[in-house]
Amino acid sequence: MFLITCPFCGEREQSEFKAGGEAHIIRPKQPTELSDDEWAEYLFMRKNIKGVQLERWNHANGCRKWFNAVRDTNNDEIKAIYKMGEKPPSI
Amino acid sequence: MLKNLRVKTSKFIDETTNVSFKFNGKTYYGFKGDTLASALLSNDVHLVGRSFKYHRPRGIMTAGSEEPNAIVQTNDNSAFTEPNVRATEIEIYDGLEASSQNCWPNVDFDIGGINNFLSPLLPAGFYYKTFMWPASFWEKYEYVIRHSAGLGKSPTEPDPDIYDHRYIHCDVLVIGAGITGIMAAKTAAKNNLKTLLLDEKTELGGSTIYQNSDFIKINDQSTSTWLENEITELEKLDNLEIKTRTSVAAYHGYNYLLARENLTDHLSKDDAKNKVRQRLLKIRAKKVIVATGSLERPMVFNNNDRPGIMLSSAIKKYADYYGVATGQKNIFFTNNDTAYESAISLSNKGIKVEAIVDIRENSNSEFTKEAENLGIKIYKNHTVVDTHGYKKLNKISIMELSKDGQSFTNSNKTILDCDCLGMAGGWTPAVHLFTQSGGKLKFRDQDQVFIPNKYPSDQISIGSCNGDFELDEIIKNTSKSLREFLNINQTDFDNLDTKCPKDKIVRNIWLLPSDEVIGKTKPFVDYQNDATANDIKLALREGFRSIEHVKRYTTTGMGTDQGKLGNMHALGIIADTTGIKVGELGTTTFRPPYTPLTFGTMVGRNVGEYFDAFRRTPMNDWHIENKAEFENVGQWKRAWYYPKNDETMHDAVQRESKAARDGAGILDASTLGKIDIQGTDASEFLNRVYTNAWSKLAIGKCRYGLMLNEDGMVYDDGVTTRLDENHYIMTTTTGGAANVLSKLEDYLQTEWPELDVYLSSVTDHYATASVCGPNSKKILNKIIPDLDLSDENFPHMSFKNAKIDNIKCRVMRISFTGEHTYEINVQANFGKSLWEMCMEAGEEFKITPYGTETMHLLRAEKGFIIVGQDTDGTMTPIDLQMDWIVSKKKYDFIGKRSLYRSDTMKEDRKQLVGLITDNPSEVLEEGAQIVANTNATPVEMLGHVTSSYYSPNLNKSIALAVVRGGKNMMGQKLIIAMENKNINVTIVDPVFFDKENVRLNA
Amino acid sequence: MKNKYSIFSLIKNAFSYHENWGKAWKDPVPKKEYDAVIIGGGGHGLATAYYLAKKHNMKNIAVVEKGWIGGGNTGRNTTIIRSNYLWDASAGLYDHALKLWEGLSQEINYNVMFSQRGVMNLAHNLQDIRDLKRRTHANRLNGIDAVYLSTEEVKKFCPIINTSPNIRYPVLGGTLQRRAGTARHDAVAWGYARGADEMGVDIIQNCEVKGIKRNGDEVEGIETTKGFIKTKKVGVVAAGHSSVLANMAGLRLPLESKPLQALVSEPVKPIIDTVVMSNAVHAYVSQSDKGELVIGAGTDDYVSYSQKGSHDIVEGTLNAILELYPIFSRMRMLRQWGGIVDICPDASPIISKTTVKGLYFNCGWGTGGFKATPGSGDLFAHTIANDEPHKLNAAFNLNRFVSGDLVDEHGAAAVAH
Repeated sequence: MFLITCPFCGEREQSEFKAGGEAHIIRPKQPTELSDDEWAEYLFMRKNIKGVQLERWNHANGCRKWFNAVRDTNNDEIKAIYKMGEKPPSI
Repeated sequence: MLKNLRVKTSKFIDETTNVSFKFNGKTYYGFKGDTLASALLSNDVHLVGRSFKYHRPRGIMTAGSEEPNAIVQTNDNSAFTEPNVRATEIEIYDGLEASSQNCWPNVDFDIGGINNFLSPLLPAGFYYKTFMWPASFWEKYEYVIRHSAGLGKSPTEPDPDIYDHRYIHCDVLVIGAGITGIMAAKTAAKNNLKTLLLDEKTELGGSTIYQNSDFIKINDQSTSTWLENEITELEKLDNLEIKTRTSVAAYHGYNYLLARENLTDHLSKDDAKNKVRQRLLKIRAKKVIVATGSLERPMVFNNNDRPGIMLSSAIKKYADYYGVATGQKNIFFTNNDTAYESAISLSNKGIKVEAIVDIRENSNSEFTKEAENLGIKIYKNHTVVDTHGYKKLNKISIMELSKDGQSFTNSNKTILDCDCLGMAGGWTPAVHLFTQSGGKLKFRDQDQVFIPNKYPSDQISIGSCNGDFELDEIIKNTSKSLREFLNINQTDFDNLDTKCPKDKIVRNIWLLPSDEVIGKTKPFVDYQNDATANDIKLALREGFRSIEHVKRYTTTGMGTDQGKLGNMHALGIIADTTGIKVGELGTTTFRPPYTPLTFGTMVGRNVGEYFDAFRRTPMNDWHIENKAEFENVGQWKRAWYYPKNDETMHDAVQRESKAARDGAGILDASTLGKIDIQGTDASEFLNRVYTNAWSKLAIGKCRYGLMLNEDGMVYDDGVTTRLDENHYIMTTTTGGAANVLSKLEDYLQTEWPELDVYLSSVTDHYATASVCGPNSKKILNKIIPDLDLSDENFPHMSFKNAKIDNIKCRVMRISFTGEHTYEINVQANFGKSLWEMCMEAGEEFKITPYGTETMHLLRAEKGFIIVGQDTDGTMTPIDLQMDWIVSKKKYDFIGKRSLYRSDTMKEDRKQLVGLITDNPSEVLEEGAQIVANTNATPVEMLGHVTSSYYSPNLNKSIALAVVRGGKNMMGQKLIIAMENKNINVTIVDPVFFDKENVRLNA
Repeated sequence: MKNKYSIFSLIKNAFSYHENWGKAWKDPVPKKEYDAVIIGGGGHGLATAYYLAKKHNMKNIAVVEKGWIGGGNTGRNTTIIRSNYLWDASAGLYDHALKLWEGLSQEINYNVMFSQRGVMNLAHNLQDIRDLKRRTHANRLNGIDAVYLSTEEVKKFCPIINTSPNIRYPVLGGTLQRRAGTARHDAVAWGYARGADEMGVDIIQNCEVKGIKRNGDEVEGIETTKGFIKTKKVGVVAAGHSSVLANMAGLRLPLESKPLQALVSEPVKPIIDTVVMSNAVHAYVSQSDKGELVIGAGTDDYVSYSQKGSHDIVEGTLNAILELYPIFSRMRMLRQWGGIVDICPDASPIISKTTVKGLYFNCGWGTGGFKATPGSGDLFAHTIANDEPHKLNAAFNLNRFVSGDLVDEHGAAAVAH
């Protein structure tokens, strides 16, 4: 079980958090104008990266805040944490 | 004949305290401090068990957790019994009972021993090649295989013992309290670091604590004396916690470790009573120092498994620590100096050592010289080629090795009498925990060991688990490592004067030759699983090349000892056979736990009622007092129905349902999720999360909403009330509350951070009583007399703030039953009073409490859906015939786009309909499938029954169902295809009762 | 047939001390070109190759495997086989597989130890009952054996389950599929490998795919650590690593790869003679022929390729095991491990063509792929050979994520495994 540093609460056990999947998939502002393919792309298609991935986490059993993490999915090492709305740090 | 083989008093054994125990039904005596193994050996009991496959007689091979053979069943009580306990680990206590496993009728005469004679037919993987004819017979073969496999027996009654968990956070965790562990713990603790020292044994000090060799000294003291003083000093240190009988089981990432602390297994049943048996320590350490030592290697040669064949280090421990002679005619068989050290130690205690068989051509250390001086016959350049004695070793045959170590210089065979053979095959660093943590190993050719190479976290390995085997290098390297790792200038151990023999020669031969045809020999690699070198060679011959393949095909290393002894030999034999170097083969993965862990320890206190939290409403006590039956809904316990006298569930529900419509009913609705929504953008937020429009909802009004997933499927529903301009309270389903809040927070924080909206869960803050029925108004009037309940002032789908005796409450006039209904919400701690007040006020109107079952029935009469029962994650609002709630005007809401995909727009999707049965008294089974034609195979299923009841208010059976294209099939006949009959039904409108909604205002 | 396995060949070889057994499969150097290449030497990939050779007469084919065959989820799963799925499409797929299991040992002359000891699914709340009954009715009408059991019948079939009404989540009923059961996982990979090898399929181990070469919308070949291999048809069956391979071809898949853990106890004499699964109280358990209790844990919720999951998941699983089987408290966990499972949003697999001609994917099996191995291989072979899905896997296409025509075994409350 890895440790995650919540930007609001500090370092906590991963089990306090809920994973939210790939980050920076922005919900289309005008969904009705997308084709079925484009909508499916938003809805279901994922990079599912093996390596360094930008992803969303929620401190579900804590402050309930969402934030982003940079994590290496090969070994679950968290490289950086950044808040929602912030640009990902370059790793 | 009972012999006492106790040779010398030992300070680790309390010889004043006799302990009596039973083994295989016979009473024996040992001393306090003995393990079952040492006590049995002191009584000259060597035959302890039978092997897994061939049922060969087996004895005690080691003195620790690596024991493959001496595993026993303890206790014959069906609740306390425990299988596969290592005799080398269990400390004896008065009343201990243990017995041999995997043998019938007994360990002396085991029918399964016939497998040993059939062994030519049972090579590795034989079961993959046979038992295939006739095809239908596999289960019969399997029955026999299963009953001859397995080791001990599972308990058959629940475990009465208590287990516990503890979280520990420390600066430094030291694993292993041998000499280097003691050095590390002392150094860390003295440098102000919060330190935890763990060791699986009873005593601190590892093997050094009984090391009294004249040839190995620290500061001119024997190493045991020196270490004892260190331990005395160590125990005085403040910020150090020491735990013995504590085995580290798993080393996970981020320095998270699990250890099992054994608290009562060494105590008698009376002493252990009401105490925690085992505790799982969940450790987060900033730094970890692994000092787990090393394991002695056996030697792989023909028939190397008989009772009486042991590790040389174990023989030494039994003599030096337990004061037990494991044999009277001892011979050692070695490829290094360890055996000499053991032999000298034994001789000094007066235990006869007949000979040392050494595969090396020469060795000239002080140890060898001393052994010669003691008159021990040394057979250099010799190997054991066979052993004799079925249930106990009595002879060995030795021959002289050729230069290459693969054959012999001549055919002369010497037979030596021998009742105990000590194997000394070198040492394997215990790198299991290191590799579990993700560490990478490297192979050191000179002495053929894997040692840590790359640390994945803040940790080091020290001592022999890091490949340092000689005292001087251990001390030097450990103090250096500690200085670097802890970032300190000095340790207490930087300038010790150490003395130990030098110039040690090792000759490693993974598989020793035999004069027999190899196919006839049994050189065991994995003792417990009966995997031999021949099995490994067979696997290679058949094309299994990877070590993982060989391991799985031969089952090498898959026993309860996890191959602690034999894995290196398996690798070595593969390397020798294939010509690939051991270092290039790589090791198999060491999977946690290091030593097996009881499920009880893993679970701790989370058993029985603590398995999962209960959530109970404030009215719960009333429900219990009134004999309610309960239903689990998520974590909640909800009142299901209230049987009166000896009513059946059906009768109770019929009565409650009728009463609610005819007079008055009351439901505990406290479990519904409640989310408080505030902020200037609250209306806009609701617009986006619900399918219908919210901006125009007047203050004080309520509205039903349907929430979708982004894929367009119904996710949750509930009534939301506008309390104020920027303040709403949303209700959700009971089971969905937490997920809805989480989903709303997700959108709010990540997609729409621009919205000024705040969400709080207030489910637990309010208790809710829902009073329904034609008399509900009168009852409410009695409780809150000053509230104007006229339809003009307080119409359906509206809300009022009110007070009951100065206690604020929120009253919603909303209905899930179709009756005139008030939902009264009060602060949770007044919930029970509110309920009782309603009951009292309603008494004259025959108010009837009803549970969830009646609620379900009443809403089904009205055709109201229950999300999760009438929907299953594949239903859109259109499928539910709830087009009216889907705003066409709104630009967007969660899930809107998905409603316009080709599949979700299809006309013949499954749609919600009502069903009535031809026979009005026949109630359909929920989940039953609906078909049009039963003749085709497979039968085409059109849908299924989602909700079904006998309606006492309509006096007939009603059901809700989803049916393909059902929307356009009103009045059509379909069939419910049951296993033994077909039931004829007709599709009808899902609203069965009071279609005009007149009762809402009755 | 080389080296036919039987009791007679075993006896014969015993006389020569088993020194004359031939290789179960060769260890060839990859050719420059194949008619088709299967990426992934797990059970599904090897089965695909086997059926391509056997039923579609495609003999010039190869299976390339990054590590050793059967080393991924094939060798890491809890070996449960059943076909009692809710939806018609799933029922068709999994029962096709189950029927193949029933004759598999004889078909490939390798004892895969398919043991039809039955699989029970337990109900712990009223909605579980509805869902299990719904599924049982659907199974029956689809020709799949399944019966609904009362609590008493559950107890009778598996007496060690704690069916006391006083436990936290009492057992309210269950279902039983008697044809379901378990098999020996390694044997499936090895048996198919041996069978495929015999028909001329090249099984190339320690060969990692580094790239999928496209010429416009067509596949040209694959780059591997053993060089470029030319081929017009590539079937990817790489489980947890499917997305990695899709990315090589410039595709995205609706998958997330997550850790799934399992554990075994020390072996004991027979104590549980069937497979019991519980979805609400997340626990499933069976006993291997060797005597180990085989216990499946759940998935973590984050993407990971580390083959390690969190301890909480394992602990939670054992909590559930002791809730249902308090007699196992003194049993000991012997080994625990993790695998990487690729999960689709609807918890159903993908056996499909792609937008790239000649590139096929077989993935998304999530936590339950083992049971489908023979069926998956057979149908994928059909899809590759004919460039067209079989009717049994037509529903499991990639386009369903666009049209919305999902096969939602997830939402439909079928059990997850």
